[in-house]
Amino acid sequence: MTTFPKTSRRNFLKIAATAGGGLLIGFHWNSADASAMKVVGSMADDVNFNSYLSISPEGVITIFSPNPELGQNIKTSFPMVVAEELDADWSKVKVLQAPLDTKKFERQVTGGSGAIPHSWERLRKAGATARHLMIEAAAKRWSVPASSLTAENSFVIDKAGNRKLSYGELATEASKIALPKDVKLKDRKDFKLIGKSVRNVDNKDMFTGKPLYGMDFHREGMLTAMIQRPAFGMKLKSVDTAAAKAMPGIVDVVSFKNNVAVVGKSTWQIIKARKALKIEYEKEGAVESTSDHDKLFKELMTNGEATVRRKDGDVDAAFKSAAKVISREYQCPFLSHSPMEPMNFFAHVRADGVELVGPTQTPDRARMEVAKLLNMFPDNVTVQLTRLGGGFGRRLQADYALEAAELSSIIKAPVKVIWTREDDLTGGSYRPAVRYRFDAALDANGNLIGYKLRGVGINAGNCTREDNFPSGAVDNLLIDSVEHKSPITTGPWRAPITNFLAFAEQSFLDEVAMASKKDPVKFRLDLLDRAKSSPVGEIKYDIDRMKAVIQLAAEKSGWGTKKNLAQGFSVYFSHRSYVAQVAEVEMKKGKPALKKIYAAADCGIVVNMGGAKQQVMGGVVDGLGHAMFSNLTFKDGLPEQKNFNTYRLIKMKEIPEVECHFVDNGIDPTGLGEPALPPTGGAVANAYFKATGKRLYNQPFSLQEELKGVSLGEKL
Amino acid sequence: MANYKLQINGRSYEADVDADTPLLWVLRDNFGLVGTKYGCGIAQCGACTVHLNGNAVRACALPVSAVGSGKITTIEGLSADGDHPVQLAWDEVDVAQCGYCQAGQIMSATALLNKKTKPTVEEIETAMNGNICRCGTYHRIKEAIVLASSKMK
Ligand code: FES
Ligand code: FES
Repeated sequence: MTTFPKTSRRNFLKIAATAGGGLLIGFHWNSADASAMKVVGSMADDVNFNSYLSISPEGVITIFSPNPELGQNIKTSFPMVVAEELDADWSKVKVLQAPLDTKKFERQVTGGSGAIPHSWERLRKAGATARHLMIEAAAKRWSVPASSLTAENSFVIDKAGNRKLSYGELATEASKIALPKDVKLKDRKDFKLIGKSVRNVDNKDMFTGKPLYGMDFHREGMLTAMIQRPAFGMKLKSVDTAAAKAMPGIVDVVSFKNNVAVVGKSTWQIIKARKALKIEYEKEGAVESTSDHDKLFKELMTNGEATVRRKDGDVDAAFKSAAKVISREYQCPFLSHSPMEPMNFFAHVRADGVELVGPTQTPDRARMEVAKLLNMFPDNVTVQLTRLGGGFGRRLQADYALEAAELSSIIKAPVKVIWTREDDLTGGSYRPAVRYRFDAALDANGNLIGYKLRGVGINAGNCTREDNFPSGAVDNLLIDSVEHKSPITTGPWRAPITNFLAFAEQSFLDEVAMASKKDPVKFRLDLLDRAKSSPVGEIKYDIDRMKAVIQLAAEKSGWGTKKNLAQGFSVYFSHRSYVAQVAEVEMKKGKPALKKIYAAADCGIVVNMGGAKQQVMGGVVDGLGHAMFSNLTFKDGLPEQKNFNTYRLIKMKEIPEVECHFVDNGIDPTGLGEPALPPTGGAVANAYFKATGKRLYNQPFSLQEELKGVSLGEKL
Repeated sequence: MANYKLQINGRSYEADVDADTPLLWVLRDNFGLVGTKYGCGIAQCGACTVHLNGNAVRACALPVSAVGSGKITTIEGLSADGDHPVQLAWDEVDVAQCGYCQAGQIMSATALLNKKTKPTVEEIETAMNGNICRCGTYHRIKEAIVLASSKMK
């Protein structure tokens, strides 16, 4: 963790600028225009830029990464982009995590696979500008035209004069050169670093146990606290804190809102004191159980008040005239995000401001909400980011930072609130539980002439993706959704909505393909051709990109050519990127075994090949694990699974081989943190059907009747 | 409360804690050895894995009073400079995503390789199956163990 003793804007700049001399370039994330950059020779007080890159006289290049790092590796890939255009020696590049400053960092959020797409152009221009300044400085020193010079590996090279100067040597002079109006970016064929595998810049710290995470944060004199929260739909009635307060090491027990916080000095003493709390709760709203939801789903599927999301043609007429109608329903449970590092946050509320430290995907949200809660100016709230031990969307919420701030304001002391795993599983917020019904109408020739999708979700908002494939390829289409409002809190979970919708849709399309007697791959390609030649309504996905990943996955997996393996296909577009997958199941002694998953991704230009493969493999494992095992059920407003003994995550023995391929089309990066996850469940279910003749409609698969007798300690 | 003297990473440590305090919290709260992580507290995830006399144990389920004179090794004490073959392999294969589980993974892997320098894939999977990685880095963990194994004599 990079610590900045004070994080007010002014101080932060001073602390960050350790270079005596050298070059410091500030640049705007929100402007791709090079003229919006500024060379800063010294630490002026009011430097109006969003981020910067510095080159010290010793040649050390420092790049500030403004996005929260939670495992998607942007702390490595951002600087790679800058270093590429700068022709920097990667071994001399240092990357620092910048604290929150919304004035400087316009998009300091990790979520939606948007970090790289958002910053690509700007990062490149920043690097190219620095390179330009280095070359100009050398040209001046040698009195030669800049056009005769080149740059390589942190040196400016004069081939004709057979001499070179290091960036470090040139840095101070470069800081006096006027910024160019525009800079030329590299041709893709000249990339040296982009597209290579570059190791995570934090490896050594991670592998030697350095205190990088919020859980590891320590401040002299800080207290630790845990909070007892009510079940969903319940509120605090009475609390007897006497016994807990009397336990050794307990500093205070306070209640606020519906929470009871036990404050102490050591974690174990707090855990023990919590057990001595006597709390009574009473009903405040609906106190729901999974059995209620199951009934509700069925009822709302037919009688719910639906919001129409997309309507093309005349579905009623199409279904009336259909030679064949296929209807299927799919359901998924609530899921916990369960990042390995449970929620935690440090807060110190003082009269003049608030200091927040911890893991969050949205530091600005934490800041704004805390400011509002405590009635302070946002400018007086600072947020220092730690490394995140996973997020998966959970850390887009600010509830746990807010609690810490509220508690600190009550006990008037710096405090770190930590959640146990049980708190994490029972305290919200979750991937919403959703049920879908799909209907397809086929004409006598097996053509898809009508398509309906209804989604029913619990706090799921619009649980459809109405403009996704196959919309645009079917003449008559109706997509609508029904929402049930519940006290159970939900929120974005890695690849929101599509994490399950893709499975349902791709399983359904597999059945439709079979009903129309077409190969599943050809069926999808034909529909895409149809969408291209005579589009129905608006099309918001890129047909060619989708076709390309389908073809690549089919080619790499030898689709349709393998005798002893059952293959299942799936393709999905989410968050600007496209991923197709083929799963392979082999029957072993009459039982299905999942052997391998091929993934073909189009995320545009791959910045860090090693990182990209990691995102794809991790996404596949994540998609598989949650489709197979994870299940959060409720009884009287409380999750029944409270820790990893009952809430199952995938383990090493359960993973198949995964092979990744990337479409090489040279378009600007479109993101990869989430898009590999959605297709996995569908590919596996379709392969499983091919192998066994049984369809899986509900998740988690491991609890379905169809998988009875399959040993799940083994692979599928 | 009682006083416990512990041998950790070749050094002596002392703490006044309750007998039932899990070693995990003594390491983290009392000694500032925060490389050992909390993930579940009930021996289900492996994030807290340390070595007790060379064996992988879950520090969250090991009361400090049960440690006695046993020798504890944590991730901080695995090597002087992060250059244990397993740590180097983890870097070379670039295993981590969020990284939170990796100290536990490395400690489990090291305990395995100390007992058997050339484990089979099945042995690797069995030894590592109790270590959850929520980010799904299992493929690279396996690859790194095979690489480390090839480097260890
Ligand atoms: S924290 Fe010890 S096994 Fe999970
Ligand atoms: S790397 Fe994130 S939990 Fe393993």
